[in-house]
Amino acid sequence: MIKDIFSLICTPAFLASVIRVTAPILFAALGGIFASRSGIFNMALESMLLWAALVGVIVSAAVKKMVLGGLTMGQAGYEAALSKANLFGCIAGFVCGVGVSVFVGLFLAYMGIKLRANLYLTGLAINTISTGGTVFVLYLAAGEKGISTSLSSCTMPVINIPIIKDIPIIGEIISGQNLMVYIAFICIPIVHIIINKTTLGLRIRAVGENANAAESVGVDVQNIQFKALALSGLFAGMGGITLSMAAVSFFSRGMSAGKGFMAMSAMNVGKATPLGTAAAALIFGVFDAASNALKTLSIPTQFIAALPYAATLVALVVFAIQSEKKARKIRALQDK
Amino acid sequence: MTNKQLEKRFNALKTVAAVAVALVFAFVIIAFISDNVGEAVYQFLVGPLLRPSRIINVFERMTPLLFTGTAICIMYQANVFNMVGEGAFLIAASMATWFVTSNSTMGRLPIIAVCLIVGIGTGVLAAVIPAVLKIKFKANEIVSSLMMNYILLKISDYMLLYVLKDTASGLQASYPIPEQAKLTKITASFVKGTKLHSGFIIGLIVCVVAYLFIYRTKWGYEIRMVGANRSFAKYSGIKVLGVALATQLIGGGIAGLGGAVEILGYYDRFIWYGTQPGYGFDGVLVGVLAGNNPIMVPFAALFLAYLRSGAACMSRATDVPVEFVDVLQGIIIILVAAELFLAKTKHKLIVNNAKKNLEKEESAK
Amino acid sequence: MPEEILLMDKITKVYPNGFVANKDVTFSINKGEIHALVGENGAGKTTLMKILFGIETPEEGRIVVKGKEVKIHNPLEAIEYGIGMVHQHFMLVPSLSVAENIYLGMEPKKNGLFDFEEACRLTEEACKKYNLIVNPRAAVQDLPVGQKQKVEILKALVRGADILVLDEPTAVLTPQETAELFVQLKALRDRGHTIVFISHKLNEIKELCDRLTVLRLGKSVGKAIVADVTEQDISRMMVGRDVVLKVDKPKAKPENAVLKVKNLVIVSESGKRIVDDVSFSVRKGEILGMAGVEGNGQSQISEAITGLLPYQSGTISINDVDVKGKSIRQIREMGVSHVSEDRMTYGISATSGVKDNVISDRYYKPEFNKGLFLDFKKIDELSDQLIKDFLIKCNDRDEAVRMLSGGNMQKVVVAREFSNNPHVIVCNQPTRGVDVGATEFIRKRIVELRDEGTAVLLISADLNEVLELSDSLIVMHNGKIAAYFEDASIIDDMTLGEYMLGVKTQTPEEIARVAYDK
Repeated sequence: MIKDIFSLICTPAFLASVIRVTAPILFAALGGIFASRSGIFNMALESMLLWAALVGVIVSAAVKKMVLGGLTMGQAGYEAALSKANLFGCIAGFVCGVGVSVFVGLFLAYMGIKLRANLYLTGLAINTISTGGTVFVLYLAAGEKGISTSLSSCTMPVINIPIIKDIPIIGEIISGQNLMVYIAFICIPIVHIIINKTTLGLRIRAVGENANAAESVGVDVQNIQFKALALSGLFAGMGGITLSMAAVSFFSRGMSAGKGFMAMSAMNVGKATPLGTAAAALIFGVFDAASNALKTLSIPTQFIAALPYAATLVALVVFAIQSEKKARKIRALQDK
Repeated sequence: MTNKQLEKRFNALKTVAAVAVALVFAFVIIAFISDNVGEAVYQFLVGPLLRPSRIINVFERMTPLLFTGTAICIMYQANVFNMVGEGAFLIAASMATWFVTSNSTMGRLPIIAVCLIVGIGTGVLAAVIPAVLKIKFKANEIVSSLMMNYILLKISDYMLLYVLKDTASGLQASYPIPEQAKLTKITASFVKGTKLHSGFIIGLIVCVVAYLFIYRTKWGYEIRMVGANRSFAKYSGIKVLGVALATQLIGGGIAGLGGAVEILGYYDRFIWYGTQPGYGFDGVLVGVLAGNNPIMVPFAALFLAYLRSGAACMSRATDVPVEFVDVLQGIIIILVAAELFLAKTKHKLIVNNAKKNLEKEESAK
Repeated sequence: MPEEILLMDKITKVYPNGFVANKDVTFSINKGEIHALVGENGAGKTTLMKILFGIETPEEGRIVVKGKEVKIHNPLEAIEYGIGMVHQHFMLVPSLSVAENIYLGMEPKKNGLFDFEEACRLTEEACKKYNLIVNPRAAVQDLPVGQKQKVEILKALVRGADILVLDEPTAVLTPQETAELFVQLKALRDRGHTIVFISHKLNEIKELCDRLTVLRLGKSVGKAIVADVTEQDISRMMVGRDVVLKVDKPKAKPENAVLKVKNLVIVSESGKRIVDDVSFSVRKGEILGMAGVEGNGQSQISEAITGLLPYQSGTISINDVDVKGKSIRQIREMGVSHVSEDRMTYGISATSGVKDNVISDRYYKPEFNKGLFLDFKKIDELSDQLIKDFLIKCNDRDEAVRMLSGGNMQKVVVAREFSNNPHVIVCNQPTRGVDVGATEFIRKRIVELRDEGTAVLLISADLNEVLELSDSLIVMHNGKIAAYFEDASIIDDMTLGEYMLGVKTQTPEEIARVAYDK
């Protein structure tokens, strides 16, 4: 049994799949960093993934259909029109999907910050809205409530990296991934720069640590938190696009399957730093990939499928112990 | 008028306004997507009243909400946002099915009694992990309980496929629930085909008992104080961690009881596979609408059940899918929870009132 | 003719809970003066300044800055009008550096990114210009209090503030730091800045300020040129009558020691001995005062006695029963009551009714239960009785405590803690933030409790209070007892101050007398 597990996991294909399934979690976790640093509890990452995934599919399919303009396979100019349609579909799907996700962030900000609703309850409620709402919209768009296969949506291109793709094993793992996967990893340094090197980042950190202080020097706290949640939506939205427009080309109900919460845990364990968060997201990616890879074993798939969730529980505990230690350190500092 | 009365009146107004906003939103959506707006709105609003069987359907839908809503009320009273009610409900139903199908020769009373106890016990066990993580490690209970729900769902799926499944039936379903284990159908003899069962009464009793427990006993007092101000409770000598733990286990137990009652009352076989039935999440709306007061749960549950029945009628008669009720539900929760929703109105009321009181005082001098 | 730089005219502010914090307040200051805004706790000083700084919006009234009527909606606008504020609780981001704190909100940029080096350079320049020296690269969390205050003042100055509001700036400072601050403030005035100095320390006002305005119960009740009035005059304006907080109390007749603390050591998480080998006892029928600058171990001692805080070594006993390992409830059942210094955190549950607040220590007892249920008839009787006895002003027993005024909230705490026939009561800052009437009332009740035979440990940072109420007195300094006075009535505040500040310390033999160990 153990041998079987190893033979499944110690393959380049598995490692490549780790990178692939990490991408959406990583996006959402990076998004979570902005909310967390600005002192907001963003429970709606899950909703952001879901909406972006759905809207990306619907819009890309609609634009593709429009650009193709009734041409069917075999007709003259079909090939050229198709690649053009795919390109426009991808761009439009990406923009709209991410846009909706940003809107979710702003909605949370409006309710939680402007109308001062409990952030936990608001997050829960937004997730309730999204669970039903995405199915509702899916039905209106595709006439189905389970999966969007009746829509011919686009997928982002796969990228083969020159030189690297020819290196054995490493090439197999790193090269040939979807564009969105590469963007996810490029976003790690980008988020680092936004948080630590820009004035917006400085203000986000100040607001999250002591909102009164920021306010006293005229920093508009609510404005910063709105921006932080919009950024949250921006990055999490790309995660949603990765779910439905990269490895697969459809939306299915509940497709985020708790990845938003995993991302939140990853962000917590990574102490809301981009690098730490990315490392933690990768660990969740391993469990997620394993739960896919190990389905071929004789263990009931249900138990394998429960793995990432159990890992999240463990991560929560690790985070809680960490932050307790940190709180103790801060108290110790204050004593001195 | 005292500020307290003012606040009470305002809160009631706010809840009504939240529901109204959600309904207006619903009408707008319906108007946009339906070919037959009149029929859709008609079905949505009065559909559930059109036939006696439909009226009874509303009460059938209400039954599980009585349990999950009460569970949420009790946990929220202690300021614990544990969502495990969903998973507890499901896994308890699964275990209850397992118990009755494998002890199908037991007598009527013992099999029902033991089965309900199995449901409660399973619910309590389901709540243990998030509760302990919260108490021991201060781990966020929302995330842990939602993760727990996924895990419980997988366990329930496993139970159905490998333990409960009636391979002879060809359905994705368990062996049938033995006849003597089924709860008495209350209305079947008046209106054919209705399934309202004695679990409804059990649910009402649970609400009343929970109300008495929260507002009339010393244990309920402890829960309320822990929820209102943890440090104050500790300073007063209340064992805060113990109370928070107990509260979550009680919540899990009530949700579990709900799961067992639902399976024995409404269903012939256990059939939930792959998705959560959602009663635990519905419990959040019920709890929020009830203001965490169990005695208000039946009204809140009736409202949600009516909403869902209305949506079902509408989707049968027209082209509007039922899922949009989830959207309404979310909107209502947010607006009721939003402190500053209608804040301007409230502030105006309070300022005017304070002025009036001040004038009164001064003229009295 | 002095030029009026700021006028706040007929300001009225009502808080969401209906509390009228300012009623027709008029406040006017001239350019280049240090103007004191005085008043008791809760007189509305802080609210008035929050309105000036755009943090709160008034219901009525107008603000005129430099001759122009303005509306101030947020701190940014206040800053634009040249108003800077140094808050009572520092508004600093602990993990950021001094330069980042000062230039937050007006960050220098290079290539679209934040230019930290430039911020440091600018900070250094400002430090030199105003002679307020701090290290721009140091993290604020590592600075001592006096330095943090300088950062606050610099923050306002670099934003071009010419009206500087300081909200009780000396509350957290040592005497040396206070002296330094006064020198700097006078220097700023001489440079042409206008300063509003909020305080209720009359000697400081006499020393520093030019003119003053007095607020009382949300109304402006007078203004004066400081040189023309005595401290006595000011205090009369503040409370509206001569201060008669003299509590008539018969001489104490102490009996046996009820609370005994022996060699108590409490170590903080950083390993500092916050309470360092402290021994004392409180006798039946006496009030033992515990004076000292806050943060010298008093709070930890009170929390250790009542079971809220674990301690490392030593013994605490009540009537010769050791409390070690006992739960808070068990300690309470041994007859220990506790008025906590932190009313909002420990003393009350703000959202609950008065009734729920007064029964929190006894709801479980058989006399308040009937079978499975609470006996509400008895509980209601008790609540109504306590509301009557302790003169709690509320609409009824179910009114949420947060709707009450500070004084009435504290009366709720006192009603509960004083009414359970305590053998020992620990009163930590019992009248902090409480109006004069309630203060007088609470102090009287403490004496009554003593005469009924309770051992009272009174911890207070208010020297008047300790001197007025205590029969005997210990002074805490740096986690140790610095002095013990068997008769509190013979000490004056000058001597007390010397012990509090560690200028003088009694011999171990003198201190050991407080342990009545028979």
